[in-house]
Amino acid sequence: MLSPTIVRLGVRSIFGRWRGVLLIVLPVVLLAISLLVRGLVGDDLDAAEGTLYGLGLVVILPLVALLATSGLLAPEIDDGSISYLLAKPLSRHTIVASKLVVAIVCVFVFGALPMFVAGLVLRSDSPSFAVGFGLASLLAGAAYCAVFAWLSVLTRHAVVIGLIYLLVWEGLLGGLLDGIRWLSITRWAAELIDQIASLELVDDLPLVYALLALAVTFGAGVWMTGRALRAFNLTGDE
Amino acid sequence: MSEIRIDHVSRWYRNVVAVNDVSMTIGPGVTGLLGPNGAGKTTLIAMMSGFLAPSTGAVTLDGEPLWRNEQVYRKLGLVPEREALFDYLTGRQFVVAMAELHGLADPGAAAQRAIAQIEMTEAQDRDISTYSKGMRQRIKMASALVHDPAVLLLDEPFNGMDPRQRMHLMELLRTMGAEGRTVLFSSHILEEVEQVARQIEVMVAGRHAASGDFGAIRRLMTDRPNRFVLRTSDDRLLASALLGDASVRGARLRAEGGIELEASDFGRFSEVLPRLAREHGVRLHEVTPTDESLESVFSYLVGS
Repeated sequence: MLSPTIVRLGVRSIFGRWRGVLLIVLPVVLLAISLLVRGLVGDDLDAAEGTLYGLGLVVILPLVALLATSGLLAPEIDDGSISYLLAKPLSRHTIVASKLVVAIVCVFVFGALPMFVAGLVLRSDSPSFAVGFGLASLLAGAAYCAVFAWLSVLTRHAVVIGLIYLLVWEGLLGGLLDGIRWLSITRWAAELIDQIASLELVDDLPLVYALLALAVTFGAGVWMTGRALRAFNLTGDE
Repeated sequence: MSEIRIDHVSRWYRNVVAVNDVSMTIGPGVTGLLGPNGAGKTTLIAMMSGFLAPSTGAVTLDGEPLWRNEQVYRKLGLVPEREALFDYLTGRQFVVAMAELHGLADPGAAAQRAIAQIEMTEAQDRDISTYSKGMRQRIKMASALVHDPAVLLLDEPFNGMDPRQRMHLMELLRTMGAEGRTVLFSSHILEEVEQVARQIEVMVAGRHAASGDFGAIRRLMTDRPNRFVLRTSDDRLLASALLGDASVRGARLRAEGGIELEASDFGRFSEVLPRLAREHGVRLHEVTPTDESLESVFSYLVGS
């Protein structure tokens, strides 16, 4: 189901481009701000929540997922070099799954792990806070990766559309309209954090629904990406 | 022995027709796909590569559909026109990776064989980003040959190659054709195609304009009427003399001076013109062909 060669090529392609640098910068920013908040405000729940939720889960984590996923698929589709992967007797789902493994490891290293560490920095006496944000980040990140992978195969403007989706849907509307929680990866992750760390980031969302929604989004994204890649129209410059 | 069949295939993008009701069969040996830029060659090759669905019709390899069928790549090798490669790898790493993706038993050995075949052994450990255009073309070729495919499709493979690399690639294609492989390459240069290909398929404006061995295509292209503008010391006298010869189809005196002339048999005309001019004491100042471009050759083919 996985191709070690595609995984290996994927790792090299992410760090062979400038996106690789951005992937490192984002978690560094999160950790730096967490240290700053802790230094200035001390061990404060509101400040810690605001930092990890408002900055970490809503901004940094989806950006890491977007950069990692689009960095794995979009450039190869843009310049046509994906044809070297497609012209092989490999299931398209294997190609997608192998690429997503790399993206999810990136999300773990540059998203979930920094969230966990930032949680420990902000609330050193309450490890469940860090565990909640770390675990939710990993699950939400995986779902984001699957969605962005599908976007990358559907359109050449995956990064722009991904950013608009994050800003408008997850960020702006998610904050304004309550009902969005049923259809928002960030809110599903927040519900999981609520349960683990006994917080109240999101109201009135069953945990089972949140977990199922994350799983379905991930599965559907992977499957749709493979399907789209199978019927992928690739031509030259003509 | 493998065969690609294209059966009444059309492909359009919204309301632009790129390939218009084309049928052809590509069998063992080297076939050249000839046509001017924008004739639909790349679209046709993309459909033969399984990268594009025909809007109507069917493209098959030994009876199996090429679209949505990744197993065909076991016997199909592709050399795309686009330059992009995995620049962060060395030539060898790239070819080994391609061998691994094919699931070959010994990817390292297969890669070495393919790299030696295209004479890239010396440069194989350099990053692809440092390669010249010709070297990129060759490493693409190695990646397409690594699994020893029965069918090889190459889109404009001679672009950007220097004369020595060109000769070498031509030799390689000839050898592969002689081994019984089905080799198809596209080009917009007649001389290139006729040096390598036994069979030539001509595409013009999305249509299959002609098909045959290079002798037949060459005759089609040279027997077309040739147009010239002549500047002479006595236009009227020479024009009337030329009209008396069978190789000249028409002549018109231009208001601004000079003769517009259409010749049907180029070989004979090139011999008759100086002779008649000498006989009538007319000086030839200038003889200019007006339709020598390849596009005009092709448009003639379409019209016929």
